[in-house]
Amino acid sequence: MGLAWLEKLDRRWLFLIVGLLVLGPLVRPIGVPLGSSKPVRQFHDAIAALPSHSIVLMSCDYDPGGKPEMVPPTRTAFRQLMEKHCRVVITCLWTGGSGLVDETIEQTANELRAKGMDIVYGRDYVDLGYKAGYEAVMVLMGKGIANAFPQDQRANRTSSLPLMHEVKDYSSFVLLVNISAGYPGTKEWVQQVNARFHLPMISACTAVSAPEYYPYLQSGQLRGLLGGMAGAAEYEKLRGEKGSATRGMDAQSLAHVFVALCIVMGNVVQWTKRRTAP
Amino acid sequence: MDEAEDRALSLSQDFGVWVAALLTLCVFSFLYKDNPLYKLAEHLFVGVSAGYYIVLNFWTVVVPNLFDPLYRAFTGHDPVTHAAVPQPGGPFAASLGDYRGWFLFPGLLGVLLFTRLSRRVDWMSRWSLAVIIGVYAGLKTTGFAQGDLVAQAQASLQPLWGPDLWTSLNAILFTVGLVTSLLFFFYSREHKGTLGVLARTGIVFLMVSFGAGYGYTVMSRLSLLIGRFQFLLEDWLGIK
Repeated sequence: MGLAWLEKLDRRWLFLIVGLLVLGPLVRPIGVPLGSSKPVRQFHDAIAALPSHSIVLMSCDYDPGGKPEMVPPTRTAFRQLMEKHCRVVITCLWTGGSGLVDETIEQTANELRAKGMDIVYGRDYVDLGYKAGYEAVMVLMGKGIANAFPQDQRANRTSSLPLMHEVKDYSSFVLLVNISAGYPGTKEWVQQVNARFHLPMISACTAVSAPEYYPYLQSGQLRGLLGGMAGAAEYEKLRGEKGSATRGMDAQSLAHVFVALCIVMGNVVQWTKRRTAP
Repeated sequence: MDEAEDRALSLSQDFGVWVAALLTLCVFSFLYKDNPLYKLAEHLFVGVSAGYYIVLNFWTVVVPNLFDPLYRAFTGHDPVTHAAVPQPGGPFAASLGDYRGWFLFPGLLGVLLFTRLSRRVDWMSRWSLAVIIGVYAGLKTTGFAQGDLVAQAQASLQPLWGPDLWTSLNAILFTVGLVTSLLFFFYSREHKGTLGVLARTGIVFLMVSFGAGYGYTVMSRLSLLIGRFQFLLEDWLGIK
C-alpha cells in the first residue's frame, strides 16, 4: 500500500490539522525560542539612534485585512518613538485603514498615558488620516504636508495643530516609518520619496511582500525591515514586549513545520510513484 | 498552577464582537464544504464593504477635497463653523495649497467619469481617464527610474573582495546569482553549451527566490488565520 493513500487524502484533514496546530499553541503556549535577525535589529536601531524631539513621519498603509501583521509593529514602533520623545506625524494611504490606524494609535497612546507618560495629541503626535491619490499624495506632500492634508483625521484644521507649525515638507522629518500591507506602500515610498527627497526610511511589511523589499534593504534604500508576523515578533522581543505577534509565533512555527512536511511527503509520493510506474 | 491553567472563559458582552465571531465561524464553515451560512457571510461582506467604502470615500475624499474648498472659495465662509474666511483676490486667485475655484476642473473631470453610465456620451470619460493615466504613468516612470533602475543597478556593483571572507563570499554569490539569472532571460541564443550551464545555474537561484517567496506567502496567510483565532479566543471567548 505504501504512501499512495496520501494522494487520495481528503484535504479537509489537512485543514483540520493546520487549525489544531494553530489553535493549540494559542491556548497553551509552548515558547518556541525567538531570535532577532539583522534587518529587525536595524529597524530597531534606526529609531533608537534618533535624537529626542525629532519629528518622524509614520505612514500606516494598511486596512483591516492586514491587521494581524500590521497592528503589532504599529504599536511597537509608536511606543518606541514616544519613549524616545520623538514627535510623530501619522498618515494613511489606504481607504479603509484610517479608522483602524487611529484606533490603534489612540489605544497605544492611552496605554502610555496610563504608565505616566505625558503625551498630548497635536503636540506629540498628529494623525492626518486618509488621503486619496496614492503616489500623487506622496509627491504632493513634498510641496507641503498641510497642502496635501488640510485637515486631520479628527477634522481639525492642520494649521491649528502645534506640531504642524514645525512641519513644512519632507525636510522637516528625520525618518519615515512605513507600515505597509501592499500597494501603495513601501515600494512607492522608496520610489517617490526616498529616491526624490532622500528621506531615510524603514519598513514593516506583510510577509508576502517582504521578498520584494529585501533588495531595497541591501541597497541601503531601507535602513531596516520587519517582514510579517515573524519580524514583528522579533521586534517585540528586542523591545522586551510580549504582544500579539509574539503570542502568535508558536502557532506560526508549528504550522510552518507541517506545511514543510506536506511538501516533503508530496514529493516522496510522486517520486515513489514514478519509480514504481511500469 | 501554570499560566495556561489560570485561563478561564469570559464571554464578550459586546454585540459587535458576537456578530464578528459568528460571521468568522460562518466563513470557516466553507473549509468543510460550501453552505448557506458561508454564502450569507460572503454576501453580507460584499454589500457592507461596498456601502462602507462609498460613504467613507464621500466623506473623506469628496467633501474635504472638493466641496469644502469650493464652498470656502465662493462663499468666503468655512463650511463647518461658518466663520468668515477671507479670500483676497477672489475665488480664482490661487496659490500653492490654496487652489480655490480651480477645483471646479478636477471636479468636472470626476463628474465626466460617470458618463460611462450612458453609451451615448461615454466617450467623454476618456478625458478624465487620459489625465489619470498620464499623471500616474509619469509618476511611475520617474519613480521607477530613480528608485529601482538606477539605485538597484548601483547597489549591484559590489566589490568582490570585501574586508572579510564572509563578505567576499556573499558578494561573489550575489554576483553569480545576478549574472546567471539575467542570462536565463537571454533568449536570443539557444540555451546550449556554456550559456546552457549558466542559464541552468540561474534557474537554481530563481528557484531559491521562488521558495523564499512561497515561504513568506505561507507565513502571511497563516498570520491571517492566527489573527482570526486570536480574535475568537481573546476578544470573543475572553481567554487572555
